[in-house]
Amino acid sequence: MTTPVIELRDVSRRYDDGPPALNDVSLTVEAGEAVAILGPSGSGKSTMLNLIAALDRPDTGTVTVDGVRVDGLGEAASARYRRAKIGMVFQFFNLLDDLTVTDNVVLPAQLAGMARGEASRRAAELLSTLGVARHARAYPGRLSGGERQRVAVARALMNRPALLLADEPTGALDTASGEEVSALFTELNADGQTIVVVTHDLALAQSCTRRTIQLVDGRIAGDVVAEPSR
Amino acid sequence: MSALGRVVRSGVGRRRVQTVVIGLATTMAVTASVLGGSLLVASTAPFDDAFAEQNGAHLSAQFDAGRTTADQLSATTTASGVTTAAGPFPTVSITPRVDGGPGTPPPMTVVGRADPGGPVDAVTLTEGRWASGPTEIVLSADGPLAKTPTGSALGSRLSFPDLPGGPTLTVVGLARSVSRTADGWVTPSRITSPQGYQVLYRFAAADTTEQVDAGRAAVTAAAPEGALSGSQSWLVVKKAADRAIAVFVPFLIAFGVLGLFMSLLVVGNVVAGAVGAGTRRIGILKALGFTPAQVVWAYMGQALIPTTVGIAIGVVAGNLLAIPVLAETEEVYGAVTLTVAPWVDVVVILGALGMVALTAWVTALRAGRLRTVDAIAVGRTPRPGRGQWAARLTARLPLPRPVSLGLARPFARPARAVAMTAAVLFGATAVTFAVGLASSLNQVQIARNHDSADVTVGSAGPGMSGPGRPGPPLTVDSAAVSALIDAQPGTSAYYSTARTRMTVAGVADTTTVVAFDGDATWDGYQMVSGTWFDEPGEAVAPRPFLNATGKRVGDTVTLNDGDKAVTVRIVGEVFEMSNDGMVVLTDARTVTISDSEPQRASHFITVQPGTDLTAYVDTLNTALKPFSAAAQPGRTNQASDTIVLINSLTAMLTLMLVAVAAMGVLNTVVLDTRERIRDLGVHKALGMTPRQTIAMVIASVVLIGVIGGVVGVPAGVALHEAVLPAMEENAGIGLPASAFTVLHLPELLLLGVGGLLIAVLGALLPATWAAKIRTAAALRTE
Repeated sequence: MTTPVIELRDVSRRYDDGPPALNDVSLTVEAGEAVAILGPSGSGKSTMLNLIAALDRPDTGTVTVDGVRVDGLGEAASARYRRAKIGMVFQFFNLLDDLTVTDNVVLPAQLAGMARGEASRRAAELLSTLGVARHARAYPGRLSGGERQRVAVARALMNRPALLLADEPTGALDTASGEEVSALFTELNADGQTIVVVTHDLALAQSCTRRTIQLVDGRIAGDVVAEPSR
Repeated sequence: MSALGRVVRSGVGRRRVQTVVIGLATTMAVTASVLGGSLLVASTAPFDDAFAEQNGAHLSAQFDAGRTTADQLSATTTASGVTTAAGPFPTVSITPRVDGGPGTPPPMTVVGRADPGGPVDAVTLTEGRWASGPTEIVLSADGPLAKTPTGSALGSRLSFPDLPGGPTLTVVGLARSVSRTADGWVTPSRITSPQGYQVLYRFAAADTTEQVDAGRAAVTAAAPEGALSGSQSWLVVKKAADRAIAVFVPFLIAFGVLGLFMSLLVVGNVVAGAVGAGTRRIGILKALGFTPAQVVWAYMGQALIPTTVGIAIGVVAGNLLAIPVLAETEEVYGAVTLTVAPWVDVVVILGALGMVALTAWVTALRAGRLRTVDAIAVGRTPRPGRGQWAARLTARLPLPRPVSLGLARPFARPARAVAMTAAVLFGATAVTFAVGLASSLNQVQIARNHDSADVTVGSAGPGMSGPGRPGPPLTVDSAAVSALIDAQPGTSAYYSTARTRMTVAGVADTTTVVAFDGDATWDGYQMVSGTWFDEPGEAVAPRPFLNATGKRVGDTVTLNDGDKAVTVRIVGEVFEMSNDGMVVLTDARTVTISDSEPQRASHFITVQPGTDLTAYVDTLNTALKPFSAAAQPGRTNQASDTIVLINSLTAMLTLMLVAVAAMGVLNTVVLDTRERIRDLGVHKALGMTPRQTIAMVIASVVLIGVIGGVVGVPAGVALHEAVLPAMEENAGIGLPASAFTVLHLPELLLLGVGGLLIAVLGALLPATWAAKIRTAAALRTE
């Protein structure tokens, strides 16, 4: 039996006096899975993503990622955890405008202490794989939305994370670019990358993941695994 | 509440950190301005102000009680040219003895006055109260007895063995007479047998020596013949006071100007930054229908609220802080009741408000004129392209990535970086200037003390050495004392001095001539130029003497003593402050002197290494007993009160300027950090630890600190080098070379690091804040 990459047990999170953003949620994601977390605004999707990425802590319950209990980590430890285990892709790319594409991509590796030469080789390889190698020395501001998101994915994969977390990765893209990103995620998952995508977009969920978790008012309302297509 | 009011209120409340920083920076800047402005005002004419305030005496006349009565002197108060007079007051010249204190203080002039006020010389009580009984005395605050080793002399007891009954008086007050009319005051009834009477006059015209002389002649004519035994012109007192003050005026002016300039810079920078940071909000307000004028008013209001609070606190703090600082300055100037001139407060308040309003108006006007869509875009991100070359360059440096990211940061906001650099630069300049000046003043003090001698022999007395201190005449046989010192085991070297007064043709003041027997070069005499004398016929003199005689190093000068004349060649300019610099130091073989001038010590000894100094002094004292002379340990290392005050003043002003500079950095880094909060969130999401975040923010000010230090330190040195000659020129003295060469490479390097420290100090708080910020919250920030 393999160790699950993500294991949430009885996790609850409430902000101030409002209703619980997550209410007694338990969830397991195995290595190699591609999971979409769907739900309307306020359903708890982003809260769940933040807890998995150790950007936030649950009020109750435990969060374990790739064997590491992350629900009680301090700031420094959670930063080291993110470096080692997590790659994150955001809706608005969150590339640093004053750094070149390569410098953006190598940043997580450099923060982890990887030598610049080695990091540059890995970045070049990723940019090439993702089809944006020609923009290596350009600044993000000059790239299209789809290209920027590819660069963001390259940056997320830089440290060979056990888990790729994507928060509305196509939310800021036109349809064609969205489809490109969706295809990219499918490829990555096919290569064994575990992916969790938080999205409103059912089409994206269906195109790049097999498992769909539906969140409603902080609870899991559905957890569906699609049959493999023949 | 109107829409405009709501916007202003929410703007102030929403950006609490910014609001607090603006308020704090303004507080510090206004405090420094009030202090700097007050010092500038106090430095303009402290003697004249104090003289006017006390209705100082243009002529302080002393009449012989054996030749006149008090009643006879009343005729002098209506003499031609006299407008007001006070007295006659009975006077006596007596030598006190401090109860429990060692040695004998110099003789003092004690005046009998019923109260400190009056139409002339309204003496200011600085401590305690006026004497009201026969056992009480008030001492001059500027006299040698005003301070004891444990502090103020208030409450101490002085005995007067020379007075009938040998009374002991308690010091009940300290007072300052700008006209320097007495060393102490008692009730008139205390002086039962006056030696003389003091009458203080103000004349209709007393601006020149001739006018004062004319007044003196009129007073003399109105008094019984031969009754006037002595007099003192206010011009002589003014000259001495101005010389003492003049040393410090350029220093205080330099600090005052630095304080004002830095304050303006920091407040301008803070407000411009705050309004600039609100550009996106301005865009949103315009999108909601605010007119450009409303936007400008809104942002001026937002800037003016915290600055008004800061100005109010700053003015109060500045006035409170000015009380001890001006009290210290008062001591330095020998002035009375220096206070913050109300108009300084008014000017600072109006200036700060005007500066803030103008800066806010200009910045908000620019933002208000932007197209709405551009304002929103500009507010969200820095203009693309700025600083990218620096980011590319620093990325290649073999440094940890957070550090190289931080190093590139100033280039993304060059105007902001320049303002920050200017704040650090002024801070570094202030620190360098202060350290240089404090070191120079200490060197001046060392040169002034010239007390390298381990042991001095004379008529004893604490803390006295060198030719500068008057005291009871030493009556011992100098040759016999020299023989004893020669015979004393442990003696390494010694020299002796004798002194007399001589005149130089064309110079009104008499000159003190000090004759040295033996090599005195080891005793800390410092040269301004030229060399110490070697041979008979050679002499050294300080600048006031050279200026008064119109001589230079290399010239000869003839010293006259009755029918005797001695010609000496000036081979060097020495730093010597005694007798207001009217001194000539020469070899004993040049001039024969039989101790006609009182001096504290006559022999100055250095002992062999390893000698037990206490045993040496005890043995020597036993041997000296038959000669009624005494030996005492030398090296008093006594810093003058003035130097101590200047040093503490320097420390306080420097700390304030450093705080203002650090506040400027703090504000800018807070702005920058707030602006980049989303980027910070991204960095943290990618795995940047809190420590790496702190390193990145601190690194963003390192270059600024280094540049500020590298430019600020030479600027501070230049200021120091400009102010010292100004001090020399103002005071008419030549400072020793050691006072100019106080900052050497190690000190300069340390001071250079000071610039970096100011920058790091200012960035530390926002760096810690940036490290603590929650990543999820930062990523959500628009």
